[in-house]
Amino acid sequence: MISKSVTISGKYITRKTGVLGEKAQAKKEKASNMITDVGNAALFCWQVASETFSRNFEFREFFRQCFETGYRSLPLVATTGAIMGLVLTIQSRPILNDFGAEGMLPGMVAVSMIREIGPVITALICAGKIGSGIGAELGSMKVTEQIDAMEVSSTEPIKFLVVTRVLATILMLPILVLFADTAGLFGSWIGVNIKGDVGFVLFLSQAFAAVEFIDFIPALIKSFLFGAVIGLTGCYKGFMAGKGTESVGLAANSAVVMSSLLVIIVDMITVQITDMLL
Amino acid sequence: MKTETVISIKNLYKAFGQQKILNGIDLNLNKKENLVILGKSGTGKSVLIKCIVGLLTPDAGDITVLGQSTIGLEKKKLNELRKKIGFLFQSGALYDSMNVKENLEFPLKRIRKDLDEKQRLNKIHEVLENVGLAEALYKTPGQLSGGMRKRIGLARTLIVDPEIMLYDEPTTGLDPVTSEEISLLINDVRKKYNTSSIIITHDLACARNTSDRLVLLMEGKIKAEGTYDALRNHSDSSVREFLKDT
Repeated sequence: MISKSVTISGKYITRKTGVLGEKAQAKKEKASNMITDVGNAALFCWQVASETFSRNFEFREFFRQCFETGYRSLPLVATTGAIMGLVLTIQSRPILNDFGAEGMLPGMVAVSMIREIGPVITALICAGKIGSGIGAELGSMKVTEQIDAMEVSSTEPIKFLVVTRVLATILMLPILVLFADTAGLFGSWIGVNIKGDVGFVLFLSQAFAAVEFIDFIPALIKSFLFGAVIGLTGCYKGFMAGKGTESVGLAANSAVVMSSLLVIIVDMITVQITDMLL
Repeated sequence: MKTETVISIKNLYKAFGQQKILNGIDLNLNKKENLVILGKSGTGKSVLIKCIVGLLTPDAGDITVLGQSTIGLEKKKLNELRKKIGFLFQSGALYDSMNVKENLEFPLKRIRKDLDEKQRLNKIHEVLENVGLAEALYKTPGQLSGGMRKRIGLARTLIVDPEIMLYDEPTTGLDPVTSEEISLLINDVRKKYNTSSIIITHDLACARNTSDRLVLLMEGKIKAEGTYDALRNHSDSSVREFLKDT
């Protein structure tokens, strides 16, 4: 009996240790992969930075990317901005009405749109549209050996494909934010006029009376950073795509998820920093 | 007369994790020679030519291309060397966002900076005629068949007048007639452009039609080397087995 019990107990310990060993091994591999990924991402950013300041900038590809990321995202960003302005106005009106402060509605919407909603919503929309587009395009180029072909023909793929896309998103995002803000104010004016009768000029003068020049600075800084985050994440995920068509979908998907998350994190950090400084 | 070696590979090793792909390869490519590397899928044929052009870094060994060792070569010098090497990828690897003209202009603008717009266009017409696709100038890659994509891919590598051509599975995925046409085109390229070529394939018809010399890779090593007929009558039965289907 004793012997059996010892045997059973011994088996149990061995099996349990084995299970724990596998789990520990999996965790170790996961941690190792994560560290490798962070290292690769840092190396990638360094390569992009060094290629940005190297000679023979690809102006033609840069302008094409500005068109692709900026112009083609404009309708989506403007529509979203207008809807956000409209919804914000409709939902804020009853509360302001309770305090007899309905006249502050244009100003409140303007400050919200310019400082926070405009940049963040535009960045999230762009993370979905531009980030996934870049991730899928570069992922597909990787899978079909187009990136290798570029490298073999003595062209630095990071310079041609990544630097142009990252700079285009950095430049275009603040412009898109500006359009989103404008559309948001227009949406808000429509919202105000659903239950009232306010002229557009009067609405604008009320809106901009509440806004100060300093409100634009954090938004502008944020927009540039969001552009960099979306461009770099999309390109990195595309470049790191594995083999096979499945990896193209994964690259696009992880580009959206990662850039959306980074947008929120960058927003949180910039809000803290600009709040302390300004 | 002494034959001039354009590529010399010595004791080359490459592994991905625990999987050994190349296991001590020694190989030479002579000037104006068509060298066919045969082998089953996964024996390291593509890895070998990717090591030659610097897309992959070998774990050990040395590769000398046109008298210059590529191992540890700095990026700028490697890019200079790559200008003399044409690489035809298995899928053609045409840039999807560009039409045929832009695809052909891409390497030309970056490597042959001495050419003006008119000279570039003449060069594009010339290579397109050489690959038999003069009418495809403004077509996009999506409008081309598999064979046409390979021809345009070939035109894109030839446009910068390379001294060495590396063909990665040039006939894979093509019908027998188009495969035959591509094989003839490979021979034409050597005549017109005086190139030395390595052709990676497991298509025996292509190997027979294009090779001056064949090398059979098995398990990351060179199993046999010689002419097509010599390999068909090789003393090793596994070599004969590999070449018996034609």
